[in-house]
Amino acid sequence: MKRNGIFFWIGATLFLAAALLMTQVIGNQYPFFACYVILQFIVLAVAWSILGGYAGYVNFGTSAFFGMGVYTAVFLLKAFDAPLAAQIAAAAAVGALMGFALGLLTLRMQGIFFSIATIAATIVIETSITNWRYVGGSAGIQLQRPMVTEPFNNYVQMLFFIQALLVVLAVAISRYIQNSWIGRGLQAIKDDELAAECTGVPTLRLKLLACVISGALMCAAGAPAAMYLQYADPSSAFNLNYSVSVLAMSLIGGTAHWAGPVVGAILLGATQQLLTVTISSEVNVLVLGVMLVLFVVAAPEGIIGLIRRVLRNRSEGKE
Amino acid sequence: MDLLLDAVVTGVLLGCFYAAVSLGLSVAFGLLDVPHVAHPAFLVLASYAVFFLNERYGVDPLLAGLLITPLFFLFGLAAYRLYYETFERRGSDAGVRGIAFFFGIAFIIEVLIILQFGVDQRSVTATYVGKAWRIADTRIPFRLLVAFAVAAALTILLTLYLSRTFMGRAIRAVAQDQEALRLMGVNPIRIKQWAFGIATAVLGIAGALLIIVAPVEPTLDRTYIGRTFCVVVMAGLGSMTGTLVAAIILGVAETIVLTLFGASWAPAISFAMLLGVLAVRPQGLFGRRS
Repeated sequence: MKRNGIFFWIGATLFLAAALLMTQVIGNQYPFFACYVILQFIVLAVAWSILGGYAGYVNFGTSAFFGMGVYTAVFLLKAFDAPLAAQIAAAAAVGALMGFALGLLTLRMQGIFFSIATIAATIVIETSITNWRYVGGSAGIQLQRPMVTEPFNNYVQMLFFIQALLVVLAVAISRYIQNSWIGRGLQAIKDDELAAECTGVPTLRLKLLACVISGALMCAAGAPAAMYLQYADPSSAFNLNYSVSVLAMSLIGGTAHWAGPVVGAILLGATQQLLTVTISSEVNVLVLGVMLVLFVVAAPEGIIGLIRRVLRNRSEGKE
Repeated sequence: MDLLLDAVVTGVLLGCFYAAVSLGLSVAFGLLDVPHVAHPAFLVLASYAVFFLNERYGVDPLLAGLLITPLFFLFGLAAYRLYYETFERRGSDAGVRGIAFFFGIAFIIEVLIILQFGVDQRSVTATYVGKAWRIADTRIPFRLLVAFAVAAALTILLTLYLSRTFMGRAIRAVAQDQEALRLMGVNPIRIKQWAFGIATAVLGIAGALLIIVAPVEPTLDRTYIGRTFCVVVMAGLGSMTGTLVAAIILGVAETIVLTLFGASWAPAISFAMLLGVLAVRPQGLFGRRS
C-alpha cells in the first residue's frame, strides 16, 4: 500500500507538470478546449462514484450539482466580481450543502426511489433558476472573462490547468476513501444497509459524508464552466445529459475501483469530443445511449471488471 | 374566480389525459417493479408513429393509435424479455443497472426520432383538433374532450381487465407473491412478460392522445418522466383508480399554477409534487404496501 501511495503521488505530480508544460508549449487553443471537457467529466465521474459506486446510491442529480456550480459562479461574478478561486470555493460550499440535503433524503428513500427523487430535485432547481431574472432567466446570460493571470497567456489554458488540479484533488480523495475505513463502511452499506447498521457501521454519518464530498466536488467542477463558455443558461447547465453521461462513464469504467470512473470518463469523453467535431452532437448522444446499454448488459463490472477477470485468469493459468 | 373555475375544469380534463399516459407505467413500475424510465420515451415514439401514419396516409390519429397497439404489444414483450434475461435473472443490483439500462434506451429512442423527423414540433390533423366547445364563458377545446373520453374509457377497461379476467388477476397475483405463483405451477415470468406487453400496448393509444392534446418534440419525454412517475408514485404503486385520482390532482395543480404564476413554473409542479409525496407519504395515496 505504501509503495502504491508513492507511485500515485509521483504520477499525480507528473500529470500536473505535463498539464502545465502543455499550457506553455502548445499555442493552438483547440486541445485545451477539448481536454478541458474531458477533465471536467473525470472530476464529475469520480465524484459521482464516491456515492454511486462505493455506497450504491444512484444519483441522477449530477446536472443539478453541476448547474448549481455554474450559477454560483455566475451570481458571484455578477454581484461581487469575485475572482475564479472564490467562485470555485463558494461552489464547493454550495455543493456540500446540497449534498447534505441529499444525504438526508437517503434516510427515507432507497434504490430507484432515491434516483427518481434526485431527477425531481434537478428539475425543481432548474425551474427556480429559470425564474430568477437576476442571473439571466431562461434566456441565459453573457459573461465577460477578466484578464488572465501569469504564467498563463490565455484564459482557457488557465481553466484547463485549474480543472487538472481538481482532477488530482478528486482522485486523491476518492482513492483515500476507497482505502480507508470510510470506503469499507460505504461498501457495507451497498451490500446490505440494515446489516451494516446492526453491526455498528455509522450508516447515516457515512452516507452524509459521501454525499457532502461528492456534491462539493461536482459543484466545484461546474464553477469554471461559466467562464469556459462565457455564457450560461439553465437548460444547458442543468441538462440531463450530464447526469446520464457521468453515470455512463462510471459504469463503463467500473465502480469498484477509483480508477474506473477515470478510465470511463477519458474513454467516453474523448469519443464524444471526436464525434461532436466529426459528425454531430445527436450521434454523440446516440453513442452514449448505445454504449450505456451495451456495457450494462454485457459487462456489468465495467472495464476495470474486465481487466480484473483477465488478470485472474492469467494468474490461475500460471499455477 | 371564473379564471379559477376554468382552471379546475381544464385541470380535470388534463388530469384524465395524464392518467392515460401513466397507466402503462402503473402496471410496469407499480405492479412489476421494473424501473421503466424509458416509458415516456416509448410514449413519444408512439406519438411519432401516429404522426407518421397521419401525415403520410391521412389516418385518423386515434385509429392510428389503435393500429400501432399490436406492434407496441410485441415491442413490450421483447423489451421485457431483454430486461429479464440481463437483469432479473442475474439477480443482484437489478435496480441500479436496470434504471441505467432504461435511460440508455430512452436516449437511443430520442436520437433515432431526431435523426428521422428532426427536432421541430410535430402535430396531427383531424376534424376535432383545433375546435372548441363553449359553455357560458368557459371554452373547452375538443382535443381535451376527446383525450378525456378516451382516457376514461382506457382506465375503466384496464381496471376491469386487471380485476375480472384470468390473466389480469394473474398479473396482480404475480405482483403480490411471485413464489406462490410458481408453487401453483404457473410461470411468473410469462405473466410478467404479458403484463409488460399490455403496459406498452396501452402506450399506442396514449401516444395518439399525446399528439392530439399538444404538438410533440423528440425531447418531450424528459418532462413526462416527472408527470408519469409523479402520478404512479402518488397513486400508490399499482392502483388503477388511484392513478386516475392522482392524475387529476396533478392536472388541476398544474393548470392552477399555470394560471396564477405563468407557464415558466409549470415543469416543476409534477417534480415538486413527486418529491413531496416521496418524502411524506412514499406508499402513495392508495398504496398497496404499508
